Amino acid sequence: MPEPVAFDPTPSQTVGPFYGYALPFPGGGEIAPTGHPGAITIHGYVYDGHGEPVPDALLEFWQAAPDGSLAGGAGSWRRDAASGGFLGRDGIGFTGFGRVGTGADGHWSVRTLPPPPAAPYLAVCLFARGLSRHLFTRAYVEGLGGEGELKGLAGERGETMLARRESGAGAREGLFRFDIHLQGEKETVFLDFG
Amino acid sequence: MTLTQGQIGTAEEAPARGRVGPYRSGALREPSRAPVLVGGDPEAVELYGPVFGVTEVTPLDADLTRQHVGDPHGERITVSGRVVDRFGRPVAGQLVEIWQANASGRYAHRRDQHAAPLDPHFTGAGRCLTDAEGRYAFTTIKPGAYPWGNHENAWRPAHIHFSLFGRAFTQRLVTQMYFPGDPLLAYDPILHTVTDQAARDRLVAAYDPELSVRNWSLGYHWDIVLDGPAATPADPEVTA
Ligand SMILES: [Fe+2]
Repeated sequence: MPEPVAFDPTPSQTVGPFYGYALPFPGGGEIAPTGHPGAITIHGYVYDGHGEPVPDALLEFWQAAPDGSLAGGAGSWRRDAASGGFLGRDGIGFTGFGRVGTGADGHWSVRTLPPPPAAPYLAVCLFARGLSRHLFTRAYVEGLGGEGELKGLAGERGETMLARRESGAGAREGLFRFDIHLQGEKETVFLDFG
Repeated sequence: MTLTQGQIGTAEEAPARGRVGPYRSGALREPSRAPVLVGGDPEAVELYGPVFGVTEVTPLDADLTRQHVGDPHGERITVSGRVVDRFGRPVAGQLVEIWQANASGRYAHRRDQHAAPLDPHFTGAGRCLTDAEGRYAFTTIKPGAYPWGNHENAWRPAHIHFSLFGRAFTQRLVTQMYFPGDPLLAYDPILHTVTDQAARDRLVAAYDPELSVRNWSLGYHWDIVLDGPAATPADPEVTA
């Protein structure tokens, strides 16, 4: 028996344009431990309904560790007790969490460890001025066996949740491309968890 | 909730008399399709979430008036409340982040070029972890209203931006807290992206003299209810 819902939720409001001195942190996209040989890089652009890059989006990533653990871990940004500044990650642990803003050209990137075959995706949460609520999607990493699952979720449109091996400029082993289209013909599939 | 383009309106569309106009920034950004419902996967990564702790937050982070060598200008306030889930259970040990304009309504952000003074003693960013009852508390300055370009003479009501994590990534919330009695609340297209008055009221803090600190700060109380499912924690009596 589910418990009765007793409280109405607090509504969401846009992140607005001025979160930049509060939410991003140094090394926010460096989820993989320093120098880890198995690290992959996922990058892409965020586009609006006219296909113009979105320069002020904030993306958060959450994923299972390669061993399947969903326990996460603290330490995504360690603080300097003396100055209050940021020390970055410890270079060893894996917190499963990343946070990056898009640049003036709408581009972002994260370096992380491949998610496990049982959950072969990064959960993505996108915030931007103009969005009254954040958007959830998933970046299924190509080659980890999630292609059937994303089709099951959204049919042909599920392809918009596939982070493909980069075939364009800079293509190399371990580099994946994941563009997000907020609106229009190529609109990314966004998810609702109820 | 996903707004359709019709609800957001377009730059050419004038707001109807007596109604709050559209929040225009969303016209090319809000998705046009409804989100796809994901259900029935108890192993969905989103039913779990990232963890933050003492490594991420220092005790001084919750006092935005003590981040510089001098005291900031403005009316010192204490903002406190509880973070709970929809069953009223405390959201304990989770990260709360805030950011806001200074007393003059100016953000310490280069893109804010509004003609109000920056305050060298106020940045306007804070963090804390909720306690075992889900309680958070910040000492800060009451932010000022500020103009923006949405429509002629659009001014944002005073507000504090809040970012919250729950036990699950699905419970993620970014929102804004407003102040009671502010005449600008009736005119703000961002507040009115929430179409239901009762829901808008849940974004407005209550003045609470119990939270005021004698000869120091005015108290405001604001509770936050996170939505969204979370993984069911293992029941020790079942798994033992
Ligand atoms: Fe604001």
